[in-house]
Amino acid sequence: MAADMKFAKTHEWIRPEAGGLATVGISAYAVEALTDLVFMQLPAVGRKVKAGESIGEIESVKAVSDMYAPVSGEIVEVNTALPGQLETLGKDPYGAGWIVRIRPDDQAEMGTLLDQAAYDALVKS
Amino acid sequence: MVDFAGWWMPVQYASIVDEHLATRQAIGLFDVSHMGRLTVEGPASLAWLESLLTRRVADLAVGQARYTLVTSDEGPDGLTILDDALVTREADAPDGTPRLAMVVNASNRDRVVAWLRSQLPAVGVSFADRTAETAMIAVQGPLAVATVCVLCGDDDAGRISGLGTYRATRAIVAGQPAAVSRTGYTGEDGVEVVVAADAAEAVWQAIHDAGRPRGLKPCGLGARDTLRLEAGMPLYGHELVAASDPFAIGLGLAVNLDDAAARPRRFPGRDALAAMKQSPAPRVRVGLAFDSRRAAREGSPVVAAGLPVGVVTSGSLAPSLGHAVAMALVDRAVAVADIPLDVLIREAAQPAKVVPLPFFKRPAPRT
Repeated sequence: MAADMKFAKTHEWIRPEAGGLATVGISAYAVEALTDLVFMQLPAVGRKVKAGESIGEIESVKAVSDMYAPVSGEIVEVNTALPGQLETLGKDPYGAGWIVRIRPDDQAEMGTLLDQAAYDALVKS
Repeated sequence: MVDFAGWWMPVQYASIVDEHLATRQAIGLFDVSHMGRLTVEGPASLAWLESLLTRRVADLAVGQARYTLVTSDEGPDGLTILDDALVTREADAPDGTPRLAMVVNASNRDRVVAWLRSQLPAVGVSFADRTAETAMIAVQGPLAVATVCVLCGDDDAGRISGLGTYRATRAIVAGQPAAVSRTGYTGEDGVEVVVAADAAEAVWQAIHDAGRPRGLKPCGLGARDTLRLEAGMPLYGHELVAASDPFAIGLGLAVNLDDAAARPRRFPGRDALAAMKQSPAPRVRVGLAFDSRRAAREGSPVVAAGLPVGVVTSGSLAPSLGHAVAMALVDRAVAVADIPLDVLIREAAQPAKVVPLPFFKRPAPRT
């Protein structure tokens, strides 16, 4: 896993990419905890979001959960293939299971998120 | 794990969908010890329950079970539905005294027990809440009965496999005395097994081990809910509530008014129920099928041409069908098969159509 990947307490991950973009998904722990995924709603491309704002929802047989923007920015791309093959989230949550690409307003905001060790400690507690 | 009416229970052991499909294809094993188990014994027990329940009790044969409502005449309209329940006439005591068992919902157990105690006659009935001292294991699915039978002697196995639906018998299961009934809450064939609490773990393990090679999976509350939803079975607190009109939610069969009889039955809430039967309620229970897997949930509004026509009472992905389904209470005008409606799922209109219940009906047994 990339060393520069960061995590929100709400279980999204974010990884900086070339060109000032960042890729966002949800953690393997979150996918495992949700189980039996049935539906995902993605945000519109071009939408401006604030950190902590809902960028869509993911539904399992038992419940619906919001997905939140880990940082503020603009949604520049969404993984349109994902809602039709949600099993990808379980197989490859940090790769093919990416959810959106975002252009962060402020690259430094990612520094406020949890690193892998801090996130692992959070979900183990 | 969740707190369910004071019981610490698993929503799933591994996956709701896998557990659901195992029950449809092979065997699901459910710990349903949270359900309230009550016993009613004594020379006046049949007459007493006959005077209290919406179903006839006096004519129950030994080993016969019936689905009933438990009602009081409290409330502004003279009717409160306290619960739905299964009442079973068990084998008579050795001296010929009738014995009955009732199974009630965990969430309603305290108030049903309190209500029944308040109605006890001075003599002739002994009533007990046996929930804590017993355990109840549901074994459901096409291979369920055969699996339980391998844990019984030949005589018991023969009796269990010969049980009709809603029939019950005593048997020794995995070496433990048990009450076995051909009942369940999944839409599958199967049995429910009541044993002493201290025998529960051994019996569970024995059924689990016998069923594993046949595809058994232990199932949690999540699969229990999706299975009963596909089977179109109401759940108290959702389709059925204290003020429900049973005739409007498909539970007319749970009410024996016997008004044409020489002596119509009397029980608490009877007059209110008779009035409900006379003047049909504006909304009725229907099944809704969606094309998508996105589920409506309890409380989701149902609309037709933008106008509110009902509300969802239960909804989920139907794992056997691959799309979402819901039960809803809707205006009679739209309670027509194939009529297209919209359900608002978190403000987004999701198309659905009215379909007959149950959503899933098990294939006829192979002969």
